[in-house]
Amino acid sequence: MRLSVESIGFAAPGLVGWPMARECLAGNTAYRPEPLPKLSPEGLPANERRRLSTTMRLALAVAGEAQAGAPQSARQTATVFASGNGDGDIINAICEELARPDPAVSPTQFHNSVHNAPAGYWSIAARAMTPHTAVAAHDATFAAGLLEAATMTTDGMPVLLVAYDRPLPVPLNKTRPGHGEFACALLLNRQTEATPSGLSLRIESGDEETTVADPLLEELRRGNPAARALPLLAALAGGGVGTEINLPYVDGKRLVVSGL
Amino acid sequence: MNNSPMRPLTASAWTVTSALGHGRSAALESLRNNRGGLTRCDYPQAKLDTWIGRVTGLEDYRLPGELAEWDCRNNRLAHLALNQDGFLDECRRLRERYGAEQVGVFLGTSTSGIELTERAYRERHDTGELPEWFSYSHSQDMFTLPAFLRTALGLSGPALAVSTACSSSAKVFATAARYMQAGLCRAALVGGVDSLCLMTLYGFHSLQLVSAAPCRPADAERDGINLGEAAGFALLEWSDACGDQDSPMLLGFGESGDAHHMSAPHPEGAGAALAMQAALDRSGLKPADVDWVHLHGTGTPANDQAEDLAVRRVFGPGQISSSTKGWCGHTLGAAGIMGFGIAALAMEHGFVPASLNTHKVDPAIDADIVLENREQPVSRVMVNAFGFGGSNASLVVGRGVR
Repeated sequence: MRLSVESIGFAAPGLVGWPMARECLAGNTAYRPEPLPKLSPEGLPANERRRLSTTMRLALAVAGEAQAGAPQSARQTATVFASGNGDGDIINAICEELARPDPAVSPTQFHNSVHNAPAGYWSIAARAMTPHTAVAAHDATFAAGLLEAATMTTDGMPVLLVAYDRPLPVPLNKTRPGHGEFACALLLNRQTEATPSGLSLRIESGDEETTVADPLLEELRRGNPAARALPLLAALAGGGVGTEINLPYVDGKRLVVSGL
Repeated sequence: MNNSPMRPLTASAWTVTSALGHGRSAALESLRNNRGGLTRCDYPQAKLDTWIGRVTGLEDYRLPGELAEWDCRNNRLAHLALNQDGFLDECRRLRERYGAEQVGVFLGTSTSGIELTERAYRERHDTGELPEWFSYSHSQDMFTLPAFLRTALGLSGPALAVSTACSSSAKVFATAARYMQAGLCRAALVGGVDSLCLMTLYGFHSLQLVSAAPCRPADAERDGINLGEAAGFALLEWSDACGDQDSPMLLGFGESGDAHHMSAPHPEGAGAALAMQAALDRSGLKPADVDWVHLHGTGTPANDQAEDLAVRRVFGPGQISSSTKGWCGHTLGAAGIMGFGIAALAMEHGFVPASLNTHKVDPAIDADIVLENREQPVSRVMVNAFGFGGSNASLVVGRGVR
């Protein structure tokens, strides 16, 4: 299984968009976190866009950026949306409401509470009737999403992987603390075995993890399941030719990405 | 898109637990005796006029000591289901045959253990903090179910939670097939669990999709769903390598998006038709080869109409079809594995289960909706599972074929 990365979307505090992130991850500019602005995904009818939560905006913004740089139409592209925490704000609001004597759950909040809500909104915006999925694997979420997307490319379509996470809100964060907002999108396609370049994936035993050099970015990587993607993105930014990246996978395992 | 025929997989062991009973023999007995599992809603704290498909015995169920930290309704239901039909022994057999690292764990759920979070919010301290007994990662986290089962069963292969609302536990079959095809594992545990909770009861109520009566899929008078809970699992091995001729097989899978609306189906069932066609293409079968369509059939006016149009588009007029939501309710993320299990029972015992509670089929519905259990050989079934966000998945399952 060899994969090409055709385009990238990126959003993190202080780094909005892949061009800005690439410069920073390649070590050409210093990392200075700043609160993310309100992101405004393209392509959705105003009515739908109004209903988007902050988490959905984050996911859809990076999806839109990667798709804008893609050679193929979104209507010919499958999607994998991967998030460890999902939409904690919505879950928190619904659980608060349900703790009241006669709860009145908002219908919009309820259908937005499903883990596949960003995937659903994306398919509506892109008018894409292609397969889409939504997955989770706790701290292994990025690697698991990458594997899911990689295996889906064998169905003969490009696959847009969108990984996104925001920390859970109070009080949910007490036993699941997190740090920083992060999302990235990788448009992946299958490469034939004959092609010399392209990413290869393999699962290995051991829990080694590739880290990132900047301490603030490393803090983000460790505090956010989706941001476990950062070492791979740093390598794609140009800094890590020939290296192998170890991404944390399900317990005691790592996903080794090579061929960068 | 490449939907060329897939290498079939055999479910060498499988089990389901729902309002029809604990394990597959209980489900068969209920189906054979026309004994539905829906009861008037008596779920604690839910002051709603509706019917539910509740699994008995969960309130008093205790996880064994070494798994106690995983306690929540969803994991209790999962564990209860694992202990039926000799399934634990089969998991052991699979682990010994392939090695723990070669068995993938791919499970679907829509709400995971959120019932425990709801309870924690009701018991918040004055400071707003959740009680000390609450652990997010052992209950509500979407990955809790696969993590819990890997621990309980000693499996260490690739793992994933698929959470695409009501298509979740159908889509895990596709994930398992792709991981096995890619050589990432040699066998897989698939399935799904969803348990009753206030979020889905009140949420579907807020969307005005819940019926105050037992649900009547495809009936002229149908007016909504009943929520249910279920757990089901299957062990998948390559059919050509496992030497098992009797067990149900996965012959094809298809996935699609509606690209239409978050909580309403495409009115012509265009996405549903794409999923069924892709599943047929992967199975290498023609529409006429399918004996029965196990409909998603939730019982809302819009869903059943859209699905019927899709069935007609793929199979032509008068396709033998029924929904089993009138038996055990809509089990959400477990709907796909419930459909798989009931299809397996139908194939093994030679009958098509009726759409229970459906009396007068809507004249706008074209399919041959089965109103009484119908004795007939069944060797191939299309199982549909469609969810919010327009997430569609269809499976072609067969037995004694190829």
